[in-house]
Amino acid sequence: MKFSYYPGCTLKTKAQELEKFALNSAAALGVELEEQKEWQCCGAVYPLAEDEIGTKLSSVRALAEAAQKNEKLITLCAACHHVIKRVNEDMKTKDDVKNKVNNYLQLAQDYQGEAEVIHYLEMLRDEIGFDKLAEKVTNPLTNRKIGAYYGCLLLRPAETMNFDDPENPSIIEEFIKALGATPVKYPYRTECCGGYLSLDNKELAQEMTDNIMKSALKNEVEELVTACPLCKYNLENKNGKIAISYFTELLAEALGVKE
Amino acid sequence: MGRMKIIPDAKKKELQQILEISGENVKDCMQCGKCTAGCPASSSMDILPHQVIRLLQLGQLDKVANSQTIWSCASCFTCTTRCPRNIDLAKLMEAVRLTIIRSKGSSRLKADDVPGKIDPKMPQQAIVSGFRKYNK
Ligand code: SF4
Ligand code: SF4
Repeated sequence: MKFSYYPGCTLKTKAQELEKFALNSAAALGVELEEQKEWQCCGAVYPLAEDEIGTKLSSVRALAEAAQKNEKLITLCAACHHVIKRVNEDMKTKDDVKNKVNNYLQLAQDYQGEAEVIHYLEMLRDEIGFDKLAEKVTNPLTNRKIGAYYGCLLLRPAETMNFDDPENPSIIEEFIKALGATPVKYPYRTECCGGYLSLDNKELAQEMTDNIMKSALKNEVEELVTACPLCKYNLENKNGKIAISYFTELLAEALGVKE
Repeated sequence: MGRMKIIPDAKKKELQQILEISGENVKDCMQCGKCTAGCPASSSMDILPHQVIRLLQLGQLDKVANSQTIWSCASCFTCTTRCPRNIDLAKLMEAVRLTIIRSKGSSRLKADDVPGKIDPKMPQQAIVSGFRKYNK
């Protein structure tokens, strides 16, 4: 199984663990992830303005390269996934964006949304299957009560992201179960951590993460996992009482490839 | 017979700009309040999300543009996903922010401000996204 792989800037700097454990695990699962040669930062936020084109170009470049290789594009960071998936939807459905982007990029072949971008978790669920994944676990995480923290970007807007039920998702819980641990659902697992507010409005971000932590504590979550470096940072604030790690770290541990 | 809303000409252009940038039609809103009920940032908003839409319907853009609300919105898309009238309020919040920060010298966050706001653990993603949101 071979895929094009888009890492994004944070995975090469502050979130190296997210990537390292993902790559080790992919190798153990027989999945080849080939990093794109000239990927550019996705911009971290999807440009919500209808008239913004320039900030969509880096996503289109990544998508077009995957399309040209006839490979699916894999992402790991929730924000990169959000941006690239929504830009791809624009390239499929908005003629205005499609025309302007193609006029600008002058690719060998116009790009019209042909590539498919999937998150690493979707690869585990849809390409490998959680039942097959469970068979490959050598070090089951028995007796560990783990809470999934989904956040916003993988789930919403639901029609475009098409990742899971936006109000009651289960993909990360199924993942946790496949690794032999016990998933714990708690109400605030899909609430926003504050995201970029932590740059310019730290108090509000703090209040938002406190609410999430309270909800997890109340439901006796012992550890948390996420797919987003910014969620992890925000949840590790001064009141964060529960340790939070990347989902790929759990995966590597269960597959016996966490060095 | 419906009531007439009189919107001053000077404001019409700015309102039109917001509708164009967002691609959203504020007239679709029926003021059910679901957006506000689910908003995780509402505790620090001076105008609540459903009130933002109402003010835009009435053409009272200044109140929205001068509010704390637009800077408290985290673009979490909870309102977007739950609105029974399919209004993307996150896009409207963005459009109002953009009408402000797109004019020269009006960025909410300047490059020189960033070093004072970061710490060694903060991921690049926070800086890039904050900058994209608050600086043009
Ligand atoms: S949820 Fe939608 S219809 Fe209801 S008040 Fe908010 S914007 Fe209006
Ligand atoms: S997108 Fe903004 S207004 Fe909508 S629920 Fe999230 S924080 Fe509130």
